[in-house]
Amino acid sequence: MKIVVCVKRVPDTETRIRIDAQGLGIDPAGVKHVVSPYDEFALEAALRLKDETACEVSVMTIGGEECVETLRTCLAMGADRAVLLRGAFGQDGLAIAKALAEALTADSPDLLLFGLKAADDDQQQVGPMVGTLMGHPCATAVASFGVEGERVICEREVEGGVQTVTLPLPSVLTITKGAHQPRYPSLKGIMAAKKKPMEIREALAGPQRISVRKLELPPERDAGRIVGEGVGAVPELVRLLAQEARVL
Amino acid sequence: MSGVLAIVEEHGGSFARSAGAVVSAAAMVASNLDTRVEAIVLGDSGVQERAASLGTFGARKVTVVTHPVLASYHPDGYLEALEPLVGDGEYDAVLLAASDQGKDLAPRLAARLDVPLLQEATGLSVDGGRVIVTRPVYAGKAVLSATSDVAPLLATLRASAFTELGGGSPAEVEVITPSLDAEAWPMRIVSHRSTGEGLPDVSEASVIVSGGRGLGGPEHWGVMEELRRALGPEATLGASRAVVDAGWRPHSEQVGQTGKTVSPRLYFAVGISGAVQHLAGMRTAGTIVAINKDPDAPIFKVADYGVVGDAFEIVPRLAEEIRSLKESGASDSGRSA
Repeated sequence: MKIVVCVKRVPDTETRIRIDAQGLGIDPAGVKHVVSPYDEFALEAALRLKDETACEVSVMTIGGEECVETLRTCLAMGADRAVLLRGAFGQDGLAIAKALAEALTADSPDLLLFGLKAADDDQQQVGPMVGTLMGHPCATAVASFGVEGERVICEREVEGGVQTVTLPLPSVLTITKGAHQPRYPSLKGIMAAKKKPMEIREALAGPQRISVRKLELPPERDAGRIVGEGVGAVPELVRLLAQEARVL
Repeated sequence: MSGVLAIVEEHGGSFARSAGAVVSAAAMVASNLDTRVEAIVLGDSGVQERAASLGTFGARKVTVVTHPVLASYHPDGYLEALEPLVGDGEYDAVLLAASDQGKDLAPRLAARLDVPLLQEATGLSVDGGRVIVTRPVYAGKAVLSATSDVAPLLATLRASAFTELGGGSPAEVEVITPSLDAEAWPMRIVSHRSTGEGLPDVSEASVIVSGGRGLGGPEHWGVMEELRRALGPEATLGASRAVVDAGWRPHSEQVGQTGKTVSPRLYFAVGISGAVQHLAGMRTAGTIVAINKDPDAPIFKVADYGVVGDAFEIVPRLAEEIRSLKESGASDSGRSA
């Protein structure tokens, strides 16, 4: 079975964000990048399937040359091969989905995994868009899954519950945390990653139709006040919530 | 024809909590574009009787798409039913709730209609005839304002960030029964099991009681539950990344980057020190209350009200005081409930 995991290079979630001089993007100085955490969950899910059955796990990303480093991390974790679709993409998830769909049609994977959402743009859309464009069924927010014959059985995390769905292969899944605590690359894995295939292709450059007007830091919250210490402060807290903030 | 379309959710014959906010946001945009608001609701026939009531929020026309197979959400079915209606409408903007369902459906609709999508908007405005979406990025560490270069502008809205309008007259209702064949949909929904005891999802709740490592262990969540119950049915439980990583609470409750970004009216942070990624996820809350035994915890820098001390003494007392306030009828939400 062929599995492709689509990953994204994003600023580390502990990074402090500064806005660039144009006010349209972030200031890249000093920003450390990582594989987006949800994409790591997706890769972990694929690698667990590979631990149990014979399958080939590819990782694919889209962006500039700097993404090679991100792909190497994925190879060190255990992916077999990597593909970079080279191109400059902004906020338009559909343009990204079209480029991925075009590249993936040639690869024809049986299972296509995405993280539920990227930790930077938080747009939560490229996976189901790729599924729709390729005509493959897609289940989102999958906490666990297994392949039985020609179908994949998924447990989806939905509001207030868990939904079980099945889809025929090939299909697209977006993966949430579930039990997918990502493995660390071993030293052996890091060494092996250097010899694994890293393919660079040009991404399909279609129109990008989201215009960014402004990127800004959220308004600072005014410093609040310490109402008091211990249980004795509770009546005053409740009074403030009811009468000043009017939220009770 | 032009207009702004709100695609609203119903569950079991009643509109979702988000419906009023989504239609109201659509009405605000429509009024700025000098056009009209329509709503579409998909479901079993039960929702028909309530459809005209969306007029309260500003909808002039409500299209009810009914079919037994639309009674619960299925992405293939909803897409099949919606695509022709939305595609032929020549709308300026199409808005959905940023619920799990909305965020699952909207990308598929975007791909079919060949328009870009902006998810989880917390603000909408109109500038020179263009609809501008503001939305948190980097899990709330920054705010992006963006627009689509093509119509319709497609966006999902975080309902808790929008105000409900009121006072509109009943909407005109049209009922459509499409021909749909669930057998043709490749995905099969096998079962659904509830885990949250019917609590609102943390991304949608207007009141969140969130716990962190300061609570010491999963066995200590009884006090959190007690406070949540005192706050009423709009309240739900949240959690910090540390406690989710430790396996004390489910990931569905996690607030912050790698969890959910939330904008409730009222947020309680109990035993949460306030890591950067947690603060980012909840800083747009209306009122933040922090309870922590460390007076230097970063959470106090964003909290409107802080109490320093032992959560196990403070939280039960807080629940008790809120209960008696509500029983006395002196609270705002007590009156409306």
